Amino acid sequence: MVEQAPAIELKGISKAFGPVQANKNISIRVMPGTIHGIIGENGAGKSTLMSILYGFYKADAGEIFISGKKTEIPDSQAAIAAGIGMVFQHFKLVENFTVLENIILGAEDGGLLTPSLAKARKTLLELEHEYGLNVDPDAVIEELGVGMQQRVEILKALYRQADILILDEPTGVLTPAEADQLFRILDRLRQEGKTIILITHKLREIMEATDTVSVMRRGEMTATVKTSDTSPAELAELMVGRKVLLRVDKTPAQPGDVVLDIKGLRVVDDKGVERIKGIDLQVRAGEIVGIAGVAGNGQSELLEVLGGYAEATGEIRVNGQPLDLSGRYADGRSRRARGIAHVPEDRQREGLIMDFSAWENTAFGYHRDPGYQSGVLLNNAAIRADTEAKMGRFDVRPPNPALAAKNFSGGNQQKIVLAREIERNPDLLLVGQPTRGVDIGAIEFIHQQIVALRDKGKAVLLVSVELEEILALADRVAVMFDGHIMGERLSAETDEKELGLLMAGVSA
Amino acid sequence: MDVMPKWAEVILVPLISLVLAAVLSAIVILAIGEDPVEAVNLMVTGALGSTYGWGYTLYYATNFLFTGLAVSVAFHAGLFNIGGEGQAMLGGLGVALACLFIPWPHWTLALLGASVAAALFGAAWAAIPAFLQAKRGSHIVITTIMFNFIGAAVLNYVLVNLMRPPGSMDPATARFPEVTHLPTLHDILLPLGISFSRSAPANVTFVIALLACVLVWFLLWRTWLGYEIRSYGKSEPGAKYAGISPVVITMIAMLISGALAGLMAINNVMGEAERLVLNAVEGAGFIGIAVALMGRSHPFGVLLAAILFGFLYQGGAELALWTSIPRELIVVIQALVILFTGALDNMVRMPLERLFLMLRRREA
Amino acid sequence: MDFLTFVQLLDSTVRLATPLLLACLAGLFSERAGIFDIGLEGKMLAAAFFSAAIAALSGSVWLGLLAGIASSMVFSLLHGVASITFRGNQLISGVAINFLAAGLTVLIAQDWFSQGGRTPSLMGGARFEPITLPFAESLGAIPIFGPIYRELISGHSILVYVAFAMVPLTWWILFRTRFGLRLRAVGENPAAVDTAGVSVVGLRYAAVIICGVLCGLAGAYLSTALQAGFVKDMSAGRGFIALAALIFAKWRPWYALYATLLFGLFGALETRPDVIEALFGIRVQGALLGALPYVMTVIILAGFVGKAIPPRAGGEPYVKER
Repeated sequence: MVEQAPAIELKGISKAFGPVQANKNISIRVMPGTIHGIIGENGAGKSTLMSILYGFYKADAGEIFISGKKTEIPDSQAAIAAGIGMVFQHFKLVENFTVLENIILGAEDGGLLTPSLAKARKTLLELEHEYGLNVDPDAVIEELGVGMQQRVEILKALYRQADILILDEPTGVLTPAEADQLFRILDRLRQEGKTIILITHKLREIMEATDTVSVMRRGEMTATVKTSDTSPAELAELMVGRKVLLRVDKTPAQPGDVVLDIKGLRVVDDKGVERIKGIDLQVRAGEIVGIAGVAGNGQSELLEVLGGYAEATGEIRVNGQPLDLSGRYADGRSRRARGIAHVPEDRQREGLIMDFSAWENTAFGYHRDPGYQSGVLLNNAAIRADTEAKMGRFDVRPPNPALAAKNFSGGNQQKIVLAREIERNPDLLLVGQPTRGVDIGAIEFIHQQIVALRDKGKAVLLVSVELEEILALADRVAVMFDGHIMGERLSAETDEKELGLLMAGVSA
Repeated sequence: MDVMPKWAEVILVPLISLVLAAVLSAIVILAIGEDPVEAVNLMVTGALGSTYGWGYTLYYATNFLFTGLAVSVAFHAGLFNIGGEGQAMLGGLGVALACLFIPWPHWTLALLGASVAAALFGAAWAAIPAFLQAKRGSHIVITTIMFNFIGAAVLNYVLVNLMRPPGSMDPATARFPEVTHLPTLHDILLPLGISFSRSAPANVTFVIALLACVLVWFLLWRTWLGYEIRSYGKSEPGAKYAGISPVVITMIAMLISGALAGLMAINNVMGEAERLVLNAVEGAGFIGIAVALMGRSHPFGVLLAAILFGFLYQGGAELALWTSIPRELIVVIQALVILFTGALDNMVRMPLERLFLMLRRREA
Repeated sequence: MDFLTFVQLLDSTVRLATPLLLACLAGLFSERAGIFDIGLEGKMLAAAFFSAAIAALSGSVWLGLLAGIASSMVFSLLHGVASITFRGNQLISGVAINFLAAGLTVLIAQDWFSQGGRTPSLMGGARFEPITLPFAESLGAIPIFGPIYRELISGHSILVYVAFAMVPLTWWILFRTRFGLRLRAVGENPAAVDTAGVSVVGLRYAAVIICGVLCGLAGAYLSTALQAGFVKDMSAGRGFIALAALIFAKWRPWYALYATLLFGLFGALETRPDVIEALFGIRVQGALLGALPYVMTVIILAGFVGKAIPPRAGGEPYVKER
């Protein structure tokens, strides 16, 4: 039998963004009718590679073969013509259009809309029957949940008769149950002969869903193996380049008095949607409490309320004294005065001003501290000296206070934020996604610093979407789902499976 | 990541933009059959060749300093205040009321009082768009444009119906009393033994404008308020995280901006016209946009840009006097400066960045 | 106030609303595609000058119209280069275009005609003449309908009819064609259009060019139909009133018609203080009436009377995210 041509073959793909080399000489073969996983840490270059395949970016060098035929993909139009469909991590849907309008956009029949819509309605019905992808064609996108929106994206690709489907981190916003459903759909698509590329940084998904897997690290492809021939440990090692520390070295916690006491907390966002639906939670001195959950289940809102920049009702006490929950002017400042420090989830959006220098960023949030003033003016020299000392203690590289935040690597940016917050010696530290987009060396250092603060008898509230991180770092875990706390567990007495069920809203 | 060194960002980019604007202006002059070299000569002699010329150049520069600083402060807070024109108009109304209805004992006190009035009126006219932006999310660019027109209508109404002296057909106030007249540069420099043109309108307000420049610099880079304004301008989510209130900063930045624009009136209304006329601002509010863009919203850059535009204004008036080139040439130059330093910034920046990237790669 | 005065008032409302309507629809195309345009004023002014100038020089108003549209399109393309190709600030670009037009028109007018920044008065074929619709005279005798038909509906220049026809046409293009779907999508989420394999740049340039054509018509109407020749700054803030009308209309074609008619009515009343006095018994200052569109727009913007939500991607240059 003649060997079948691969559905996709990439040869020597390279791509640079300014001074950053995102993809270095990458080659890959994907056979038709298979699910191929691409795994790697954040920033390893997975999404860039797939965006090149979809014509969203242009490669600096390299060749693409589709079903054995060399194909130029200068834009998404060409990718679609070559039978490639892509479901991006952030959906590319027009929010105030209907499902049908989104599906025909760019794939209309002729210049008039009415016949296009009629034809699409018919085709959509057929696709729904074929793959079990039910969705109301006349629903407006912004009224649909994320799971449904993802279906629309998949239908969009199928409507364009894609044979190759790329999914970029498709489960990031899904509950485990929704994710399972997605994988069933993908399996069905594979049986129909479609080729699927699954980009993820979650080992579990790779092991469960894929036939073959490629590992990327720092812009390079480090290995391609059959999934059945490998193990999670091996993949993890390939991903980070050495054995991963799955457990942080720490002694058992010795919880003291209650520092943070939350009772009946409710948060309604500015669209009127209730995001937190009455939660109770306590964090004691000398313990790390982790909040686990799929992104978007109220964790961010919890941090915002505690940080003083979102309104809420209910009661929060810190060291026995109530906090103002009205979200009024400069509550962030009064929170800091009360001994609450906050390492926000998104350091580039919130934690730092990217154009400001490291020393200006070290004053961020504490810029009205009397120690930073001289008379009515800012004492820039004092702030600079303070920054230099902090950079030294936290091993920030390069140790140059005048450098703008955007010129530091992700790990060093996070260290600047962490140094600013931890060195205030807070009673309560709020930490969101402490190691997102941070290189492995810095992760260990950051985890150690958080544990060290706990060991000094301080309370830490950790929010992370990485279950592994929560299990490694937290002493106690609370799981949030749909604005509720589904349950609390001691991390020593639970596992990913149990937490995963809670994250899906299944109370045990 | 920074691709370009800082000096290229601060000096090279604006300089290239300026050269592009100058070259195009020269082409425009050529196209209408005049000689650009001759035109530049005329402008230089007219604007800088005598103390009379300097007196006008600095007078215009004073206006542009105020409006340029006004736009800059708003820019730092991430707000685009196109309403400088209206705010300066209302500032004029404040000056007129202060000068006409309060019996001042001395010009220094009158200046102080009129400054306060000008700043208050200017700030008040900025306050409504600022409030609507902060509280209701109404786009401040559109509201400030609307307020320019509303301001003109209000002023028109006030001048025609309320403040016009009986018997006068002119939509203008009465002349201000003698005691409120400000000393010109001639008056100030004479005791120092420097003879400065008596008929040029530059006056003590120029010194106040320089002072405003320094104060704005201190405000932005040496106080926590300035720190908060700049932080908010760079990142609203960041500001919220740091306990900086978007509502408060939007209000404060726009009030300062409006006050600065309003302060212009002590120069043109109190210092020069000595009465309030209908079109007193003469587009200086809009030139503030060009000045702020060219000066990269830095007070020192704004000072240089304001003097350049003062020169262009006076030089342009001289051109119109001696050649057939109309004064509107200056409007064209102003437009080109805004276009190149503002909207087409990337056209200059992108090739430069590529160049620096290439140089860096070669080094590496 | 008698019936005929009323009809005449509406008649001048239509005349004054026409340039506003054309400019408003121009802005609608541009802003629906995500390109804010505060340069409507400048484009109208440029078109007003070039159509009057070429009409004066050639004696043909049609050549003038073409020149007006062409000049407006040049400014549109400039806005496109700045805001689409070089991803510059659309507001600043608009400001620059307004000044460029204000300066260049006078400069060139002075160079060509030496009449202090104006063109010679247009006569005969160099102007758009009113069109008398069939049976205007014979039907005019019928009560109520007759005067309305003769005074209000008949007797406008061709551009007025074009402007009013543009309203259903715009609606149809926007909501019933593929181009319209894509245009609206690119103003809401350009990434969706891009990943669907449609050129964001191409769509936005198309929108900006249509905007140029419509502004060209608006400008040409000002100098060759409403008036007979160009004078300095003759657009007199109409571009901004059109912008206000666009917000008032919440970026929808039929509402644009109503908004511009309303603002046109204000303009008509401004010149007829006697009518206001007869109607309301008070004297209202013309200047204050002229400011009414701006005040109303601010109120709409403040969200007290229904929120005006602009296209979501408006004002943002499209950069593929990393």
